[in-house]
Amino acid sequence: MTWDIALILSVDGVAGAAIYLLAGLGLVLVFSVTRVIFVPFGDIAVFSALTLAYLEAGRWPPTIALVAVLAAITAVKEVVAHLRHGRVAKVPAALGTWLGLPLLACVPAQLLAGQELPPLVDIALTLALVLPIVPLMARLVFHPIAHASTLVLLIASLVMHFLMSGLGLLFFGPEGFRTQPLMRGAVELAPGFLVSAQVLLMVGAAAVLAGLFFLAFERTLVGKALRATAVNRTGAQLVGIRPASTAALTYCAVSLLAGFVGILIAPSTTMYYDSGLIIGLKAFVAAIIGGLSSYPLTALGALAVGMLESFASFWDGALKDVIVFSLLIPALMIRSHFSHHSDDDVEEEEV
Amino acid sequence: MTALLAIEDLHVCYGKVEAVHGVSLHLDAGQIVSVIGPNGAGKSTLLSAAIGLLPSQGRILFDGQEIGRLGVEDRVERGLCLVPETRELFGEMSVLDNLQLGAYVRRESKADRRRQLELVYARFPRLAERRTQRAETLSGGERQMLALGRALMSRPRVLMLDEPSLGLAPLIVDEILAIVRGLREDGVSILLVEQNALAALESSDYGYVLESGEVAVEGRSDVLKSDERVFESYLGGV
Repeated sequence: MTWDIALILSVDGVAGAAIYLLAGLGLVLVFSVTRVIFVPFGDIAVFSALTLAYLEAGRWPPTIALVAVLAAITAVKEVVAHLRHGRVAKVPAALGTWLGLPLLACVPAQLLAGQELPPLVDIALTLALVLPIVPLMARLVFHPIAHASTLVLLIASLVMHFLMSGLGLLFFGPEGFRTQPLMRGAVELAPGFLVSAQVLLMVGAAAVLAGLFFLAFERTLVGKALRATAVNRTGAQLVGIRPASTAALTYCAVSLLAGFVGILIAPSTTMYYDSGLIIGLKAFVAAIIGGLSSYPLTALGALAVGMLESFASFWDGALKDVIVFSLLIPALMIRSHFSHHSDDDVEEEEV
Repeated sequence: MTALLAIEDLHVCYGKVEAVHGVSLHLDAGQIVSVIGPNGAGKSTLLSAAIGLLPSQGRILFDGQEIGRLGVEDRVERGLCLVPETRELFGEMSVLDNLQLGAYVRRESKADRRRQLELVYARFPRLAERRTQRAETLSGGERQMLALGRALMSRPRVLMLDEPSLGLAPLIVDEILAIVRGLREDGVSILLVEQNALAALESSDYGYVLESGEVAVEGRSDVLKSDERVFESYLGGV
């Protein structure tokens, strides 16, 4: 391998890392606040990519129907729950939150789909359509079992993945799609070393989003409330932080992150209805390196996964996924070596 | 006069085991009421049920309104606040973050929040010195101060304190209890659960002695202090 090739592979690796960074941050966020290992993250990213592809092609995206149906089911469930408990006064708010807001996101897409639109409008419509998907599905699936064990939540998460994957096939068919690059051309970073502008956009957008993510968590009271819920759920309740609200906010943030991942990845990778699992799993490796709790370590993990994937595809393309997933073994061994077990854990193990 | 907090015929179960059997308790505005008793008497269970962390049967009235079916957050929003024995601080976050989150439920302006923060700092100057330090690095006494400070940030009407002296040096205990007594002057009513019975009775107006999940004795704190049974069992009998 020459230095030129190594440099090109590194750039590819960083581009991949940008995607895994956003996905990894999403997974860590959901797990730390709700204890859900959010397997369908990649599927939501696929829905985002394919919705954008449909809008660019002037076709009506079936995502509109998905959001409308999910909103209707969720609203009915919420209204019935309020009526059963005699909380009639809360029905209008429930209708507004679970039916009105999601449908509001559908209206512009319904009106504008099929027309030739500027790329930024397509992206805005895509993000608006993807944003309600995770909060709605989570309200239907995870909210009623919020106190269940992590294993039960994981099983529900897997079911959601299979459901989303199946719906992807039903809505978008088996063929793959690529979207238009958001930026064309290349930038010469060093003499004779050109990097595609799209790759720079991917890396830049991921860095900006991760920065905003950091600022929101460190500087705003709502962000601190999310961190507090992750650190100590009982403590959070005792200061009046509502776990259901933080969970809803978390799912909105994750939906948005998945939306961006789909939009950023689709110009460089052909996306199929089932491409989501592999994205989610590789981001999961990054999140595991971060112990499903540390955002900086997850970022490092994402970089490791991206670089390893890029170099592994050069050495042996057929084995690249195996090599990337093998990273889990040393990562878990290192984490196991440095993790602290409480006395309670030891007692449980002895029992 | 309607009690600010009234617990009536409260039953609390852990699975099939009932830990609190029909306890009734009243706390008037501006009062400090102590609950004393041996380990396992159900004191902490009583407070956990009152704040809504544990399901219970019976009536819990706050300012005359039934709150027994409300969630923890709704009770906190109404002005009921618990500082549990385990403190439940956000260990990985700074002292300042912990205090700011104490005011989460208030939905007030930044200026109001800052004013309240300065009041808490005035009461606990050590927290001001440690504002950027992570909560998990504080000493036991400082953690208790932070837990109290965080609770005060929500401007509670009723503050329930579970074993505030637990694990603290005697000098720190005196300091904490002096602060607790000072809170009453600011209009906060306090329900104090404490194993240090003498300190609790000296700090309170009225007391309940809990034994095996039931109220064994109740009365004015100065009367309880001279009650032979209480004296023998909980005040050292010397």
